[in-house]
Amino acid sequence: MHCYSLTLSRATGIQSAVYGNFSAAKAQEVVVSRGKVLELLRPNENGKMQTVVATEVFGCIRSMAAVRLTGSSVDHLMLGSDSGRIVLIKFNKDKNAWVKVHQETFGRSGCRRIVPGQYVAVDPKGRACMVGAVEKQKFVYVLNRDNLANLTISSPLEAHKSHHITFSICAMDCGFDNPIFAAIELDYSEADQDPTGEAASVAQKHLTFYEMDLGLNNVVRKWTDAVDNGANLLVAVPGGADGPGGVLVCAENFIIYKNQDHEEVRAVIPRRSDLPGDRGVLIVSYATHKKKAYSFFLVQSEYGDIYKVTLSYEGDNVSELKIKYFDTIPPCASIVVLKTGFLFAASEYGNHALYQFVGTGEDDDDVESSSAQLVQTEEGFQPVFFEPRPLKNLLLIDEMASLMPITDMKVANLLNEEIPQIYALCGRGPRASLSVLRPGLAVTELAVSPLPGAPTAVWTVKRNTQDEFDAFIVVSFANATLVFSIGEEVKETNESGFLGTVPTLHTQLLADNSMLQIYPGGLRHIRPDRRINEWKVPGRRNIKAAASNEKQVAIALQGGEVTVFELEQGTGQLVEAEKRDLGEDVSCVEVRGEGRGGRGGEGGGRGGGVPGDPPVPDGLMRASFLALGTYDQTVRVLSLDPGQGLKNLAVQALNSVPESILMLYNAGPGADRTTEGGLFIHVGLQNGILIRSEVDRVSGQLTDSRTRFLGTKAPKLFPASVRGVRCMLALSSRPWLGYNDQGRFNLSPLSYDALDYASGFASDQCPEGFVSVVKSTLRILAVENVGDAFNTQVGGDGGRGGEGGLGLTRPRGILRILAVENVGDAFNTQACRLRYTPRRLLIHPDYKVLLIAEADHAAVPLAEREDLQARLAAIAEQEGAPVQGVEFNDELAALEEQFGAPKGQPGQWAGCLRIVDPATLSTVFVQELDNNEAVVSMALVELQLPGAGQGIEKLLAVGCARGLRYMPTDCEAAYIRIYRVLDAGRRLELLHKTPVDGGAPGALAGLKGRLLSGVGPTLRLYDMGKKKLLRKCEYNRLPHQIVSITVQGPRIYVGDAQESVHMMRYKKADNAFYIFADDIAPRYLTSLLPLDYDTVAAGDKFGNLVVLRLPKEASQQVEDDPTGGKMAAASGRLNGAPHKLEEVVKFHVGDTITSLQRAEMQAGGQEVLIYSTVMGAIGVLYPFTNREDVDFFSHLEMHLRQEHPPLSGRDHLGFRSAYFPVRACVDGDLCGQFASIPVKKQQMIAESMDRTTGEVLKKLEDIRNKIL
Amino acid sequence: MATLSDRLNINSQIEHLQAKYVGTGHADLTKFEWALNIHRDSYASYVGHHNMVSYFGVVENESIGRVKYEFLQRMLLPCGLPPKAQDQSEDEEEK
Repeated sequence: MHCYSLTLSRATGIQSAVYGNFSAAKAQEVVVSRGKVLELLRPNENGKMQTVVATEVFGCIRSMAAVRLTGSSVDHLMLGSDSGRIVLIKFNKDKNAWVKVHQETFGRSGCRRIVPGQYVAVDPKGRACMVGAVEKQKFVYVLNRDNLANLTISSPLEAHKSHHITFSICAMDCGFDNPIFAAIELDYSEADQDPTGEAASVAQKHLTFYEMDLGLNNVVRKWTDAVDNGANLLVAVPGGADGPGGVLVCAENFIIYKNQDHEEVRAVIPRRSDLPGDRGVLIVSYATHKKKAYSFFLVQSEYGDIYKVTLSYEGDNVSELKIKYFDTIPPCASIVVLKTGFLFAASEYGNHALYQFVGTGEDDDDVESSSAQLVQTEEGFQPVFFEPRPLKNLLLIDEMASLMPITDMKVANLLNEEIPQIYALCGRGPRASLSVLRPGLAVTELAVSPLPGAPTAVWTVKRNTQDEFDAFIVVSFANATLVFSIGEEVKETNESGFLGTVPTLHTQLLADNSMLQIYPGGLRHIRPDRRINEWKVPGRRNIKAAASNEKQVAIALQGGEVTVFELEQGTGQLVEAEKRDLGEDVSCVEVRGEGRGGRGGEGGGRGGGVPGDPPVPDGLMRASFLALGTYDQTVRVLSLDPGQGLKNLAVQALNSVPESILMLYNAGPGADRTTEGGLFIHVGLQNGILIRSEVDRVSGQLTDSRTRFLGTKAPKLFPASVRGVRCMLALSSRPWLGYNDQGRFNLSPLSYDALDYASGFASDQCPEGFVSVVKSTLRILAVENVGDAFNTQVGGDGGRGGEGGLGLTRPRGILRILAVENVGDAFNTQACRLRYTPRRLLIHPDYKVLLIAEADHAAVPLAEREDLQARLAAIAEQEGAPVQGVEFNDELAALEEQFGAPKGQPGQWAGCLRIVDPATLSTVFVQELDNNEAVVSMALVELQLPGAGQGIEKLLAVGCARGLRYMPTDCEAAYIRIYRVLDAGRRLELLHKTPVDGGAPGALAGLKGRLLSGVGPTLRLYDMGKKKLLRKCEYNRLPHQIVSITVQGPRIYVGDAQESVHMMRYKKADNAFYIFADDIAPRYLTSLLPLDYDTVAAGDKFGNLVVLRLPKEASQQVEDDPTGGKMAAASGRLNGAPHKLEEVVKFHVGDTITSLQRAEMQAGGQEVLIYSTVMGAIGVLYPFTNREDVDFFSHLEMHLRQEHPPLSGRDHLGFRSAYFPVRACVDGDLCGQFASIPVKKQQMIAESMDRTTGEVLKKLEDIRNKIL
Repeated sequence: MATLSDRLNINSQIEHLQAKYVGTGHADLTKFEWALNIHRDSYASYVGHHNMVSYFGVVENESIGRVKYEFLQRMLLPCGLPPKAQDQSEDEEEK
């Protein structure tokens, strides 16, 4: 087994975010780290955050800081990672990529205790930076510029202090004095030596200033002072000319201003009144807003409350520190203030958001605490209380979807769609949801209006080439044409000048603002002054196909005569320019091509005619190529150059009749999109295949053909506009969108019904949509989130979103307007809101419903939430029906999501069981768990019912632990509950509840009509009894805690929380379990999935994927052994099993794996291993089917490792082997970067592999298409 | 053959290593000291890997910032109080 690993949808959680101007001066940008992906975000004009570029760095990003050199107008970015290196990178706008500026090694790789990288801080004047480790080590580098203004860095200066744990580092603002770095440190050396514990109890945190003396080139500990022992975060206060300097020390419950030779100024952080007394308030993120006259800090607590901190000062003397409640949003990993008055909130879990400041937080009604009003009592400082309230100073502008954390995932086709859906449990607490992901782009239906008859085609036409929006929708029927004008509403009109009594073949707005209608009998040229020129087809022939751009029109007549007209400048007449008889009937035509044209494409999309008209580039008279598809199964490229007489430039034979042709420019990775990328011709064939070939821009030769099967219908290709760039809509048995995303051509299915004909559409409400006809309906659509791999369905009970893309009813004779949002996503998403953090997901195979177990630690159960109960009762009264929980009411749920659930005591649990109907994504049943129980495992098992003559029934077994606590894991009591699923999966009925001893029941499974349970480290077999489960057999020598049990035939695969996989058998005669094989390495398993009888795949907490196999001989031996391997088990080596599993595949994903599934992600495709991670990524392992591919991709990977080392400075092989050496797995994410490296390097790599660049790219595309 | 000066040299090298790389073991390392190092290394690794802190955060229903802080805080005394000097040998015997 050799695998190809590919991330289908990159992580959506954010580790940290940094504001800066990276691509240009004053560009408002945010760089976010998604763990191992670096992403540059920029809000667009509508305030939507858009990804400019996402780069996989093959390392673990731990910290980031923007570096602004003196006099520079753009920022560099400094990365603190696990590479043991300081890395400074710069954004190159032309290449649309990050470029490494400096990389200096200072230590070993890996997230180690004493290797710096955990913290980075940069002097605000850009003169020096500090890289710190969790313990001991800190390096200071001096940043300088050489005479070419390039950034240079010095050799490192040490500021080490052994036995000191660092909590936070910041660079102080001290104007042009020597740079000073401040750190919160804790000395543990005494505590290690003192058995009485006194030293530990008096251990004191210190605030230390390290001064970098630029004159002497050394670092000194300038000043150190004891600081509050709850200190966790430092915030620099503007200094020099802008303020008093010094730092704010954020500590539990306090914010303290400190500076050298300055008395500390302390204020309490206001706390929520419902917070338990023993809980502190910790600041977890902050943002500084710095302006000349006025600066303030926004700090956010762990509960999500944002406070505005202001200082009153005179000169260097701070007199008062004020903390004022500002607003509440979900807790963030980072908050970032943009200079344009926006706040970007990178949520710890769940969706990220962009807010606009609508208030300054100066209101007097809000609670404020001040250092001046600090009251010290005998029990410490007197707290200040407040109640969180709905947003007042912030206004939500946009949300960026985040699946983080995915706690469980199942892939199944419950809705009888073409491909299976991915059901993922996401989020935490009140922000939890069940998300349904489907490959493809989400489509929004924008408008619906009725139509008579059955339309055959549709176009949109502008009034003027300079217009932004379309003016007319032209709908053609079998024997008539209808024109609608677009305004406040879409209505029929006669003012267009179009001939209504004939069907239309093509429409076009020409460069001089005249309109052209092509119908079978001829051309109708409607001049801007409404004069009409008609050109009739000579003889009794008809026009079969037509294409045009703003200046040229090509028509093909029956019999294969092709005529090209040109718009004559001056007279505004369409003049016949070229004519040729091909002698073969033409099926489709396309006019396009010139020297360099990406820009032209855009001009056509935005300014010119219909978005996506094949435009003639500015300054050029004509397009150079005419492409034709003919019924003899060929596609030809003809020259349009005058005097050439439509000479054949290229001919390509096809295996089917071409149905439709479209030429597109592939945007290069550069910002202006014209530098690289070629012209491509797309041909849709009648057998459903799309062929994409590159057209040489000069000679017109066709090279590098790639094919892809789109569906059972012949793909019809239409131009449309996405993000202002011409792209392709391909309509087969399902619609597809071909577009460029980050320099790569993507072809994604749209999550929508099949469309018959479509055209680009731009209007006020929908700048980029398309209008289409389906049977007798006309619709306008828009695409969401271009760029993502999945679409997520949000909706269900209260409806967090719309209906998503599917299941739309389609009344006859209706015009619909639809839009596609989020172009670029590979998946679209729908979701159903949940009450608590979801833990386990099951699919009932008979009833096709989803069973979800939810549980939250330290949370208050719904029944004890007095505030909510009252509100729910009020709502129930209003609606006349009881409301079961917060998630069923939008308003309440929104509040709960904003504020978070109130904190309970450790060991207190809230949980529920839920049944969700996947078709409607709504809850059909929900039941709270009583008795302070937490669900730890859940399984559907077939149990032999007690009593004679009773059969086997599929029952739900739920493992619960009462008062579960962690570190160390312990519970007061544990139970296994057995439920019966009633009413076709609409209700659960508790049959009985059996107390179990020995720990939490971490896993359950069925074994031949009995229940197998992993209780702590004990594997136990139960029989179903009438009142409770009856213990039959147990094995109590498993290492730690069973987390997973799967059964295949007589074999039981048991996953341990720390000790990997154990293969066991149950011997009925002896009524005993024994282990016959185990693993050779400790693995902290989270998920286990049997692949075949001898093979299992497993994922662990540290982010490793492994495939383990029982060697063939061992497997045979176990099967053949008359004792069933029992004797062998007794003679195990060193307390281990007699047989050891072999590692077949090993791979480090770099993110905690939460679930593993096998699935076919394509109709008739190959089965892949699909995994989800805590950071919200979804990836696959695709097993190679032939040796040739293995060789090819292994070599490509090897070359890329050498030629394109990861951005973070981490060695790629080292990263993929972080815990166990990588084995038999090619990193598809690295291979995928081949497309984005410089052309020269591409050629070099391709050459050394004896292939062309095109072939390599084609291979990469092919394998991607095989997976998704 | 190793001479006396070599051996001194080796010793001083080891000492140097121990000073430079926190957590380097030696012949007389007690179980407690070893555990201390392991725990501190683990906590540092958890704090460094965002996916790990997030995982703990989800399980414990705490903010990631809080989990990070708690882990750093626990690095002070990760395995409880150190054993008394004389008890140490008895402990070892028991085990």
